[in-house]
Amino acid sequence: MATMTIAKAINEGLRASLTNNPKSLLMGEDIGHLGGVYRVTDGLIKEFGDDRVVDTPLAESGIVGTAIGLALRGYSPVCEIQFDGFVYPAFNQITTQLAKIHARSLGKLTVPVVIRIPYGGGIGSIEHHSESPEALFAHTAGLRIISPSNAHDAYWMIQKAIECQDPVIFFEPKRRYWLKGEVDVDNAGLSEDPFKAHVVREGTDATIVAYGPLVPVALAAANAATEDGRSIEVIDLRSISPLDFDTVEASVKKTGRLIVAHEAPTFGGIGGEIAARISERAFLHLEAPVIRVGGFHMPYPVAKVEEDYLPDIDKILEALDRSLSY
Amino acid sequence: MGSTQLPPGTEETLAATTAAAAAPGEPVEMVQLLGPDGTLGSDPVFSDYAKRIDPEKLRVFYTDMARIRRFDQEATALQRQGELALWVPLTGQEAAQIGSAHASQSQDYIFPTYREHGVALVRNVDLAELLKQFRGVSNGGWDPRENNFHLYTLVLAAQTLHAVGYAMGIQRDQKLAAADSTDPKAAVIAYFGDGASSEGDVHESMVFAASYNAPVVFFCQNNHWAISVPTEVQTKVPLANRAKGYGFPGIRVDGNDAIAVHAVTEWALEHAREGRGPVLIEAYTYRVGAHTTADDPTKYRESAEEAAWREKDPLDRLEKYLRTEGLADEAFFDQVKADGDELAKYVRSTTHGLEVPDIRDAFASVYAEQHPLIAEELAWFEEYSAGFESDQEAAN
Repeated sequence: MATMTIAKAINEGLRASLTNNPKSLLMGEDIGHLGGVYRVTDGLIKEFGDDRVVDTPLAESGIVGTAIGLALRGYSPVCEIQFDGFVYPAFNQITTQLAKIHARSLGKLTVPVVIRIPYGGGIGSIEHHSESPEALFAHTAGLRIISPSNAHDAYWMIQKAIECQDPVIFFEPKRRYWLKGEVDVDNAGLSEDPFKAHVVREGTDATIVAYGPLVPVALAAANAATEDGRSIEVIDLRSISPLDFDTVEASVKKTGRLIVAHEAPTFGGIGGEIAARISERAFLHLEAPVIRVGGFHMPYPVAKVEEDYLPDIDKILEALDRSLSY
Repeated sequence: MGSTQLPPGTEETLAATTAAAAAPGEPVEMVQLLGPDGTLGSDPVFSDYAKRIDPEKLRVFYTDMARIRRFDQEATALQRQGELALWVPLTGQEAAQIGSAHASQSQDYIFPTYREHGVALVRNVDLAELLKQFRGVSNGGWDPRENNFHLYTLVLAAQTLHAVGYAMGIQRDQKLAAADSTDPKAAVIAYFGDGASSEGDVHESMVFAASYNAPVVFFCQNNHWAISVPTEVQTKVPLANRAKGYGFPGIRVDGNDAIAVHAVTEWALEHAREGRGPVLIEAYTYRVGAHTTADDPTKYRESAEEAAWREKDPLDRLEKYLRTEGLADEAFFDQVKADGDELAKYVRSTTHGLEVPDIRDAFASVYAEQHPLIAEELAWFEEYSAGFESDQEAAN
């Protein structure tokens, strides 16, 4: 069992894929000689050459559009978009082309493209460097959206994403890049299915669902709640599309209460989908309305006030109090 | 643009084009071999390529142009009769499409936009399958890998990037191939229009193509109108000149001259296949009809302009040439007409017979791998549908 950061785990996962699959390649701006602005691809160009680790022109639509062409020719490209807020120039290629090629060819064409996007806030950065656009992509049929929250998952999920014949958007929780964890490089274990949610903490009084950067926050809130004698279950979704409602439903049927936490704006977000779905599936098991904890309906705020924007332990505890007061 | 990239003589052609660009509105040099009067001229570079076209090939050009025009008329009529949701006419652009498509080889992969019915014909796509999209029974219609002819793309210019990526894949395949591989070298053609040339993806595709020296030929059919907006609003310089800014050759060719189009495209594809990088061809042509059956050209352009372009008709000029040179007789033209009528009949009958898919097929192809939400929604739909069946049974 090796201990590594999430950034290193993704790096190792990419290295494994590049080694095992000669048709895989990485492409993106600054990913080669610089190793990416977060050094996630550090050292890979030396090992695999600039045909496999491609420093591209600065053009997001170009990166994704040419990746589609490479995939049509039988390659497995992994694109890096430098920051969440810069994905929009590629939005057209992702939503109107990448997501739909398999469907419009009635399955004759597959486009196994992976798009890696460092996302989320909490790093004190400037405009367009802290966004959470996952709902925009999850709403588009044909895409798979996944986000690891720990090093072991990061190592395995990136490899599973590259193996997947569908396009996958791989959201990397950038403020957790340096979070260390144990990685079993020999055994994917529970992570074998990248689309299944994990119960990362068991409890009986309420359930908190989170993914990516908020999983550690949810766990910390659950731990804090034990001081008040509460037993809180925490679910790491791991995958946003498909969304593992079965695991959430089973948990809610046990606890009767559900809090969904994500950094993206609450309105129109993934939390709303989970709340609606669980109220359809487990209405009679609910002791309280599903409560969402998310961002406000505003552009991601300036760094000096982002703490007021981001879901944190206190906001989740407040939601728990509200839920438990019913 | 380095002169090493161009065959001798092309620089002069391009220099003239560039000079004209400095004075908008001035006539621009372009490669033309077969003039509107049906006489064959010469070009210092491309005549050599034109000489490769034997009389039989010229008759094939004419036949294909006539067939696709007849098909176009039939499809337009079918739309008017309510049999197609929309039609995108190509009349006027036959030479650009038939001439360029015949220059491609089977190993070359083609990314069309949505008006390349003539290219589809040459690449042996069943024209009934091509109508599926316009009939509203499919978003594709044919297997792109069978003839290396990709599905139509309705979002303007998106396919130009796919073409460059595909070409980058060809480069990698050639590197991975064994040294003794006898596979023929391949290139890619990306078709787009003058309207699409304003899209950012065309720019990005040319940047990527140049950066990686990708074996891709950008084939822009400048048909002068992006629905109702003229080329002048898309560009202040001849579109072919833009290639210079990216560092690869750009050639304007008379798009109504099948011989010149073929010659230029053949040169460009050889250039690309041999690893000398991308080429931009601007086929200077005209869309005689509407952009689609949904618009009305009389609202945005003068009939005199249309009439002037009809004088440059691609079929008329090749017919004149074939007749003058004694390369085709009356029986040939009668046969072409009969073939066209036969094709129209086929299209009429097959259109009516195009099978309406089951929505279950759509569930089946959203993802390549199993996706629980799809399974869940399909199960709901099955149960919902079964409810109607049991109601029906109860009523019986």
